Amino acid sequence: MSILGTRVIRTEDPRLLTSGGVYVDDVREPELVGAVRATFVRSTVAHALITGIDTSAALEQPGVVAVLTVADMTDLPAPPPAEPPSDDAPPAEGPMPLGGVWSEPLLAVDRVRFVGEPVALVLTDSAYQGEDAAELVSVDYEPLPAVASIEAALAGESLLFPEAATNLCVQGLGKVSDDSIFDGCEVIVEGDVVNQRVAALPMEGRSTAAAWVDGKLTVWASTQNAQISRLILTAIGLPPEAIRVVAPDVGGGFGAKIGIDRESIVVAWAAKHTGRPVRWVETRNENLVAMTQGRAQLHHIKIGGSKDGHLAAYRLDVVQDTGAYPRMSGFLPMLTNLMAPGVYDIPAVQAGYRVVITNATPIAAYRGAGRPEAAATIERAVDWYAAEAGVDPALVRRLNFIKKEQFPFVTKTGAPYDSGDYEGALDLVLAAAGYEELRAEQRRRRESGGTRQLGIGLASYVEITAADGAAGETAKVEVHDDGTATVYTGSSAHGQGHNTAFAMLVNAELGIPMDQIEVIHGDTDLIPDGIGTYASRSLQLGGSAVHKAAIEVKDEAAKRAAELFEAATSDVVLDAETGTWHIVGDPDKSLTWSQVASAADQGLIVANVRFTADRPTFPFGTHLSLVEVDIETGKVTLLRHVTADDAGPVLNPILFDGQRHGGIAQGAAQALCEEILYDSDGNPLTSTLADYAAITATELPSFELLTSETPTPGNPLGVKGIGEAGTIGSTPAVHNAVIDAVSYLGVRHIDMPMTPERVWTAIQKASTK
Amino acid sequence: MKVELTVNGREISADVEDRTLLVHFLRDTAELTATNIGCDTTSCGACTVLLDGESVKSCTVLAAQADGRSVTTLEGLASDDGELHPVQRAFHTEHGLQCGYCTPGMVMAIVSLLQENPHPTEEEVRVGLEGNICRCTGYHNIVQAALVAAAASDSGVSR
Amino acid sequence: MIPPAFTYLRASSVDEALGLAAEHGEDAKYLAGGHSLLPMMKLRMAFPEVLIDLGRITELSYVSDEGTYVAVGAMTRHHDVATSPLLISDLPLLAHTAGEVGDPQIRHRGTIGGSVAHGDAASDLPATLLALDATFVIRGASGTRPVPAAEFFKGIFETAIEPGELLTEIQVPKPSRPSAWSFQKFTKRKIDWAIVGVAVQGSSVALINMGLTPLRAAAVESALASGASIADAAALAAEGTSAGSDIHATKAYREHLARVLVRRALEEAAARASDGTA
Repeated sequence: MSILGTRVIRTEDPRLLTSGGVYVDDVREPELVGAVRATFVRSTVAHALITGIDTSAALEQPGVVAVLTVADMTDLPAPPPAEPPSDDAPPAEGPMPLGGVWSEPLLAVDRVRFVGEPVALVLTDSAYQGEDAAELVSVDYEPLPAVASIEAALAGESLLFPEAATNLCVQGLGKVSDDSIFDGCEVIVEGDVVNQRVAALPMEGRSTAAAWVDGKLTVWASTQNAQISRLILTAIGLPPEAIRVVAPDVGGGFGAKIGIDRESIVVAWAAKHTGRPVRWVETRNENLVAMTQGRAQLHHIKIGGSKDGHLAAYRLDVVQDTGAYPRMSGFLPMLTNLMAPGVYDIPAVQAGYRVVITNATPIAAYRGAGRPEAAATIERAVDWYAAEAGVDPALVRRLNFIKKEQFPFVTKTGAPYDSGDYEGALDLVLAAAGYEELRAEQRRRRESGGTRQLGIGLASYVEITAADGAAGETAKVEVHDDGTATVYTGSSAHGQGHNTAFAMLVNAELGIPMDQIEVIHGDTDLIPDGIGTYASRSLQLGGSAVHKAAIEVKDEAAKRAAELFEAATSDVVLDAETGTWHIVGDPDKSLTWSQVASAADQGLIVANVRFTADRPTFPFGTHLSLVEVDIETGKVTLLRHVTADDAGPVLNPILFDGQRHGGIAQGAAQALCEEILYDSDGNPLTSTLADYAAITATELPSFELLTSETPTPGNPLGVKGIGEAGTIGSTPAVHNAVIDAVSYLGVRHIDMPMTPERVWTAIQKASTK
Repeated sequence: MKVELTVNGREISADVEDRTLLVHFLRDTAELTATNIGCDTTSCGACTVLLDGESVKSCTVLAAQADGRSVTTLEGLASDDGELHPVQRAFHTEHGLQCGYCTPGMVMAIVSLLQENPHPTEEEVRVGLEGNICRCTGYHNIVQAALVAAAASDSGVSR
Repeated sequence: MIPPAFTYLRASSVDEALGLAAEHGEDAKYLAGGHSLLPMMKLRMAFPEVLIDLGRITELSYVSDEGTYVAVGAMTRHHDVATSPLLISDLPLLAHTAGEVGDPQIRHRGTIGGSVAHGDAASDLPATLLALDATFVIRGASGTRPVPAAEFFKGIFETAIEPGELLTEIQVPKPSRPSAWSFQKFTKRKIDWAIVGVAVQGSSVALINMGLTPLRAAAVESALASGASIADAAALAAEGTSAGSDIHATKAYREHLARVLVRRALEEAAARASDGTA
């Protein structure tokens, strides 16, 4: 009986539940003894020229070791010269900063482009002194007109990068103007859908500590990618060999801790520049203005089909607000375009995008990174069309799904879907939710005309995981002469439970007990080569690498066992249940792993693997949200959330469900209550956790999860990624549910987040029509 | 000023700035770093500890206010021989944590909640956690853990 | 995140607290539960140079039956107000309101006196105490004076407490029908401050976050007194108010909510009174 597929509680937990995790602020390594504390001075205006920085008052404060600005950064190598963008170059769609004329400095040079942009760094003996001194750094700003919306960015009256002569920094190649695809459609819906800006909000903010000792820079960073961070850090003028990056326990990332960003680079530089170890731990208020945020897309859609529910055409035109600096070029809306048609076989699809700069916090990956936006909008569009056509939304979905037999299926936007059973997932959810009874109850409540009305929202989603499968992931598996094993993985867990999952893979293959397997990640000295954790890639790529390495260890061990048994390798077998080696047909003679490993070179059996995939994978599912709307006030209560999510074979249901739970909550939060807001001058209005409405336990029900398991041919485990799927399915389910609740009053669309006032206003508007 | 607290049964005395927050006293002076800071506005609950047995947000209590009082943090929850508190055990069996950052505060909040309401309904647990934010778990398993811990305490495994 | 430096002083009696306040004048502020003051200091929006901690003045923490009224010491924590058997039976509106303030951790520290003295129109307790016609007992160098709730809340974060004076006791008359109460706190999330709130005891109606101070819904009360139906009276809920617009709600929506919530509160209070449930 393999351990795979069984519920295994986490090996990570005993430590976390007793002595607590060790996050960057908790690291007590000798190199950090006496570390100074870093406090950033940040812009308080959204768009301005810097006309002067006076550090003199701050320098006089007790405990101040240094106050650094860009003027001190003369020891940095000059950035590569900005090449002017050529007109016929394809749009930059890699997940990297656009650079060039849109370059982002480390500390602000002569201009600030968002409230919260770092301008200076104060180093003090203690954190308390840091706050006192930072207050006294005086920066003179000459305000410029703020670009505080997508409309203002497109209008271009105020430019953030005058050299670029526009705020439009990337444009996709997709054409979205040919209306002939809608000819003959009996029902057409056209409108705008806002996918609002949200905060990633990991419970641990960004934090970085650095020490420069004997020509080596060691950086502890709250990152999802130690190896990538090391490469980024070469910007301070050191080769990778002179840099060690360690990711200790990381308190959540959700994509916003991919690599490291400018503040962390400055901290690392400051350690080298001053020769003192430095530790920076951002406050939550800083985090809410200066950590990258998510979503922020405006969609113009048009969807058309027959009046009996068959879709004919869909257009998605995306404008991505990327904030003050294009840190991900066109990557996010490119993915949105790629996933535009979702789970449907729509005959004609158009998708296009533009990326604009605004005086706001830069946007980057956030749980789903471009795919939630696609699903949120196609699912909204389908419901909107269903309401106009008067066809049940579950039926419209069923009629238009890509059918099981059609896989592998390449969509009109070029996405190579590997496997799927969309109808199966829908059926599971409709049955578990009691869909017909819910519709009946909805009808009853409408007929009785009460205040509390029911809404039922569906979302059938598909998403792309391990889009960078070709980059693969690394694993080294060692079995030691005492019979224990160590796994070194390039993946980088920040809550996902990889230690447990990867140990399960080794246990399944080698029979070494779980408590004798150690999993190590996130230290470039130990694992110089690796990618890290994002894009829901870790099990399919990192796990496949561990699996493959375990098999290689087994094959090598077989040779050693054969030597010890004085038998042929082909006559030797491992009993993976007991972790013992035998000669085939001779159960009495056995060898332990300890004995076999002791016979190997240096008492160690080791395999080093990089696993690459030749294709991305496409998990899918259906979510159903049941809500109650108080039509007098617009207040929404989430009653039930039922899902079927399919990411192939489930390795550990506990971990699998945990990822879904967290994803559902974040997705529901976007639909219901979370939004980053700015005023018309670009001042943040939601820069504390008192103002940013992060979802809490009281707004959520317990979730009802079902599973189907449709494998992918893309990797030996047959698995896809579940890390982001929950978020992708839940946002449109909740969104559709609320609108469904008040559709009988004439409401067809409400933009997220569906705060009580938004819902109430929509009801008022519809009733005056 | 001089502040003396009993933390997890151990007396700790130190000279600290008057403005020292209890959470910093615990982390920096008592060197107990399990308790984390997650916000600036008393919103997130990551810093929750027990002050004289009741849950408080240690970021919004001065060390000076806790002078002469007794504080319990996550590190002090298990018994001296290492036996886990039912809430700790339930978090493990129910997968009530992922990244672990909110967990110390979440556990202490639930310990206090169960002391005041030993048999909460699911809704009472959720409302009892309105001051604790988690980003990883969606709260589902945290609520389960609280209910499991409550039931375990019912069957006589009390602390 | 960190307040600017200040000097911490501790008072062990009311007289000592008053003395320290007189000594330090406007440089000093009293520290009760600290859950209104310390958050502001941590954001550097308030920066007193001296804090006078009232936390050890145990004689200010009590809930006592004074016959026609209940006396609550100013330093009584929300948790203790919410769980007081006397208040639960004789003043359920007050007990319930205290249980709605913030979250459990906040309620273990925050005090009724601190909340009242802070004078935030968006807070729960001031409106409830206004609906209950409470009297606030203020002690100063020159003695003790009682101030009725109707005269206590003067403006944004401004009360009748003069510099140096200390609120020591809240006297709440026992209503003739304790069970005729309702508390409607409308929020986006449970933890949020009220977008709008309503506290009803009998036919007294007070509003949370509909003006610069907690307000009695005078037009509603007048209408009820002249025999109007609940629905007709509640329709006047926004009269005489000055609700604001912010990221949480517009003025127009707040006024709409006030009308809906006042109606619901009056209906609930009537239902509670008629079936005798507390």
